[in-house]
Amino acid sequence: MTKVKSLADLKAMREKLQSNLDIREKAENPESLVQIKIAMATCGIAAGAKKVMEHMMTKADELGIAAVFTQTGCMGYCHAEPTLEVRVPGKDPIVFGHVDNNRADEILTKYVQNGELVEGIIPVNYETIDK
Amino acid sequence: MAKYKMHILICGGTGCKSSNSLQIIENFKNILAEHNLTDDVQVIKTGCFGFCERGPIVKIMPDNTFYTQVKPEDARRIVEEHIIKGRKVPELLYTNPENKEHVSDSKHMDFYKKQIRIALRNCGFVDPENIEECISRGGYEALGKCLTEMTPEQVIAEMKASGLRGRGGAGFPTGLKWELCAKNKADQKYVICNADEGDPGAFMDRSILEGDPNSIVEAMAICGYAIGATKGLVYIRAEYPLAIERLKIAINQAREYGLLGTDIMGSGFDFDIELRYGAGAFVCGEETALIHSMEGQRGEPTLKPPFPAVSGYMGKPSNVNNVETFANVPVIITKGAAWFSSIGTEKSKGTKVFALAGQINNVGLIEVPMGITLREIIYEIGGGIKNGRQFKAVQTGGPSGGCLTAKHLDTAIDYDSLVAAGSMMGSGGMVVMDETSCMPAIAKFYLEFTCEESCGKCSPCRIGNKRLCEILEKITDGRGTMEDLTELRNLAAVIKDTALCGLGQTSPNPVLSTLDNFWDEYVEHVVDKKCRAGVCKKLMSYVIDREKCIGCGKCAKGCPVEAISRTEYTAPGHKLASMVIDSTKCIKCGACINNCKFGAISIH
Amino acid sequence: MINLTIDNKAIQVPEGTTILKAARMNGIDIPTLCHFELDGMNFENKPGGCRVCVVEVKGRRNLAPACATDVMEGMEVLTHSARVINARKTVVELILSDHPNDCLQCEKNGDCELQSLTKRLGIKEIPFKGATSTYRKDSTLSVYRDMDKCVMCRRCETMCNKFQTAGALSGVNRGFQAVVAPAFEQNLGDSSCINCGQCVQVCPVGALTLVDNISDVLKAIADPTKKVIVQTAPAVRVALGEEFGMKPGEIVTGKMAAALRRLGFDQVYDTDWSADLTIMEEGTELLGRLKKALAGEEVKLPMFTSCCPAWVAFYEKNFPDLLEYPSTAKSPQGMFGAVAKNYLAPKLGVKREDLVVVSIMPCLAKKSELAREELSVNGNRDVDFSLTTRELAHMIRQCNLNLNDMPEEDFDSPLGQSTGAAVIFGATGGVMEAALRTAYEVHTGKKLPKIDFEETRGFQGIKEATIDFDGFPLKIAVAYSLGNARKIMEEVRNGNPNGYHFVEVMACPGGCIGGAGQPYHHGDSNIIRKRMEAIYREDAGKPIRKSHENPEVIAIYKEYYGEPCGHLSHEQLHTHYFDRSDKLEATK
Repeated sequence: MTKVKSLADLKAMREKLQSNLDIREKAENPESLVQIKIAMATCGIAAGAKKVMEHMMTKADELGIAAVFTQTGCMGYCHAEPTLEVRVPGKDPIVFGHVDNNRADEILTKYVQNGELVEGIIPVNYETIDK
Repeated sequence: MAKYKMHILICGGTGCKSSNSLQIIENFKNILAEHNLTDDVQVIKTGCFGFCERGPIVKIMPDNTFYTQVKPEDARRIVEEHIIKGRKVPELLYTNPENKEHVSDSKHMDFYKKQIRIALRNCGFVDPENIEECISRGGYEALGKCLTEMTPEQVIAEMKASGLRGRGGAGFPTGLKWELCAKNKADQKYVICNADEGDPGAFMDRSILEGDPNSIVEAMAICGYAIGATKGLVYIRAEYPLAIERLKIAINQAREYGLLGTDIMGSGFDFDIELRYGAGAFVCGEETALIHSMEGQRGEPTLKPPFPAVSGYMGKPSNVNNVETFANVPVIITKGAAWFSSIGTEKSKGTKVFALAGQINNVGLIEVPMGITLREIIYEIGGGIKNGRQFKAVQTGGPSGGCLTAKHLDTAIDYDSLVAAGSMMGSGGMVVMDETSCMPAIAKFYLEFTCEESCGKCSPCRIGNKRLCEILEKITDGRGTMEDLTELRNLAAVIKDTALCGLGQTSPNPVLSTLDNFWDEYVEHVVDKKCRAGVCKKLMSYVIDREKCIGCGKCAKGCPVEAISRTEYTAPGHKLASMVIDSTKCIKCGACINNCKFGAISIH
Repeated sequence: MINLTIDNKAIQVPEGTTILKAARMNGIDIPTLCHFELDGMNFENKPGGCRVCVVEVKGRRNLAPACATDVMEGMEVLTHSARVINARKTVVELILSDHPNDCLQCEKNGDCELQSLTKRLGIKEIPFKGATSTYRKDSTLSVYRDMDKCVMCRRCETMCNKFQTAGALSGVNRGFQAVVAPAFEQNLGDSSCINCGQCVQVCPVGALTLVDNISDVLKAIADPTKKVIVQTAPAVRVALGEEFGMKPGEIVTGKMAAALRRLGFDQVYDTDWSADLTIMEEGTELLGRLKKALAGEEVKLPMFTSCCPAWVAFYEKNFPDLLEYPSTAKSPQGMFGAVAKNYLAPKLGVKREDLVVVSIMPCLAKKSELAREELSVNGNRDVDFSLTTRELAHMIRQCNLNLNDMPEEDFDSPLGQSTGAAVIFGATGGVMEAALRTAYEVHTGKKLPKIDFEETRGFQGIKEATIDFDGFPLKIAVAYSLGNARKIMEEVRNGNPNGYHFVEVMACPGGCIGGAGQPYHHGDSNIIRKRMEAIYREDAGKPIRKSHENPEVIAIYKEYYGEPCGHLSHEQLHTHYFDRSDKLEATK
């Protein structure tokens, strides 16, 4: 156990530990964050959604994007799995289909960071997944 | 270290724990292991979420799903449906009583909408047994800031500027209290945390200690630095085993991390904390009584002056603050006095935690900004009165507070407005009553408590409260007279005027406030011998309607005191003579009513 | 100085003065009940509990207890406003509503402070009817407890814990059931109580009273088969007069002897005589220890006096490791009893069993002392009964006598003659001074240049002095209150850093003159001062002022005991002590 020897020490420790609580911290205020919901029903998982989600979480961390990842059930676009919904604060949610690791990167760098549209958008016919 | 994708937060506070939340935790862990999810999903036992009415509470992060009244067997559905398939379990979600809709995110629940959680900021969010979670939320940074960037005088100045007042009841300005203690030079001073929460029904201090003990440890060290004390003592009631355990863990972890002990964070400042256990006497919440109890003396108040700031524990200058007060301290240091004082009213800054109880839909622990109205608390956060009944009164401030009525519903509540209304802030008990409460009986109930809990030192409290209680008993028994009402008021006023400590000076409040606000009800008891709420048994009588009675005699068979006999009157259309109740024998147990299938018996 | 007004009168008092004192200094009397102070004797009880002395202070939300509120600049105090009188009356009515209505039969009838308060406030009726608190009655050989009458003033508790440090009494239970009792509510006799009885002396009501032995004595006197003799302690004669309306400090030795004869005692003797005998034994013992110490032998010093039975009980219970330090000499009461039963009985031609020895004492502990097993022979006590000054006064009144009308009479011989040295046993420092007068002359073989030892006199709690014993610096200390005695005992336990040779201890304020059996002083310390003045006046007026010059003492050594600390006197005049700390273990 390393002792905290100064305020700087403590701050460094907090820095290191903070990511452990990220999931909770972000959940407290999801409206201000990028929310990414990944369809993770049987069809989604079979199509590789789980791997994509893990990849995307790591990538988002690397890019410094404050995003909340949640899993959700089947969105009904089984033909386009893996699918995910991205909601950037202040914008309507967009659903992407056929997301693999490359497309996931693109979604993050182009759509989330720069607001450019990316291929694979599925037109929405509902308000949000929750309802 | 595993990077978890989801967190399951389960309330490990005393309330939820007694509803088997530990078994829920156990089940979650087992089921997650079955599905090989141990590395993906973290299970965290937290402190109280506050919404005790609907406990045990389970919260899923990151989608902020708030499950209520979870049973151990629900763990499987939550894992298999929500965690694996991403489908929320609707039956376990909170249902808005107004529109019957499920609400999954606690932020959208009326119970939480108006709350601002400062003292409770970490409760239900962190694992209280893991200091690292506290540190990652910025814990101990306020202490570090004080020790490395501020002088003790600056810390006190910040506290004074924040306008924080003592949350234990009296509302003395905290910064000023620290300053008074800091001024006294001594070889040893003490920081004392009053965790002797004695108000029946109040459990905010317990919840803070159970949910966020590190903040208290940190705040005590800050106080120690400010006043020049190296020793901290927590006076905690032995009936709080979980709070004691968590506090001990926090203290030990803080020592391991070098956040307590010698030369904290390289500043040269030493501070450590010990626990002292109380036996649960209400009066030991009074600071001088508390100090005597810690010294091993009889727990009774002594006269002030000398104030503890001059001569406290073992005759040394001591600063006593209550748990909730301390819980506010680190935030004030990190976010600044200006931020803190922007919340609340002119003379009462910040928030106050209330334990909401009584005839109200959402019983629980709430933290609201000073200046909120009773209406907002009762109807919005509390979800209104149970079973659609009428609001009658709300008792604030614990047993020695007063009963406020509908006319006070829109008063912005703070320390001063509550006193002006004839009640007080107290430690934050809030008991809501509907029309089924009898106010003289309520006053008697509270007086019985203060009689029990008086230390017996001063005559007005020792004997006066007993006499108040006896007069109230007379009134609720139907033996009262108008002279009794006059005597009641005079005696209550004298006790308030002459008692030695805060307990006695406030114990007549329930009497005085009910006399002021519910005078008619007292007069009814005394003159008409009636209790409109139907609470005072001796004022009730059970009557058999001889026209409805078919004379089956079932009521007489069930009567434990043989108070029912047969008359000679047979109602038209019936074959048997009707029954009658001898009111001199009747003990009003209600057995006859339950036995009568014909609705012939009623209460008057 | 602080300027304030009390009842609109502008006054000036020093900072740190309470409202109560400020008022009294200016002729305004505020009634009190729990407050009790022995000015200059280090005893003050002000828990602020009774709330009788509440006063109105302008600008203050509630009423303030005058006994415990310090004056402040510009303060405006009203001591008898309508608000104050209503509150004060209500508070006393409340106290009365939880107090038995048996004033006529009460031991304290006429001496009760609650009674006089009720009268003063003009309370004719108690508006509150309700339950009264009850508690079991309990008694030691000295103290009777009837807690139904307790008003929770806590004077007894402060006396027991702060002044005596006996630690036998404290508040127990809560609310209406609160009462003062020993730890774990055990009986007082099973507690750390040392029967000093000061709790009785300070009790404002009849909750704590003495164990009354008047009827035992009357029965003995009425029994024709018994010869009943009486001894009277030095402090009684300077206080008994108070009970008959005389001024404090009036000396009534002769009238008292006359009254005792008229009460039917067969012989009237004097404990002063045995006080002189005590000096012979104790002084000789001291010189013996000193001699050994000078010769380099292992010996226990300082030697402590052992006249005070509360003090004896105190060190038996609290300092069992130091039992070899006190003198083994019996108290004057004990010595008198031993002489009476062993030497006098045969002389008077009665059997030991038929001789009843009564003592008149300023003390409650003496009632317990006489029951010590080692002070009996075959179950027959050396002293059969001990009455206090107050009981004697009762008895005199009972027998329709008035002390004022009594002629001056002498004590009977041979146990009646005494010296000035014996008289001063009644005051703190007196035993020390008496011992010094004798020890000096015996040790040095020279006449004392000055007979008065001013350094041992007065009301200081602990007095220290070094007496020049012809070149040998004798270090002495005198303490009253067992709290002060405890300090010295703890020093001795830690190696006696002050090098004391001889220490006198008396338990009561000012010594026996402030004893628990004396007329109630109700906190007026001037009464105790007057008694002390009388003691030294009596001493100064005596023709003989040194114990070893008492002819009747010299005679008994010649005729019976041989020499001080000889074989027979060891058998009859000395005693031993027991470890009684087990009484304390339970409460630790």
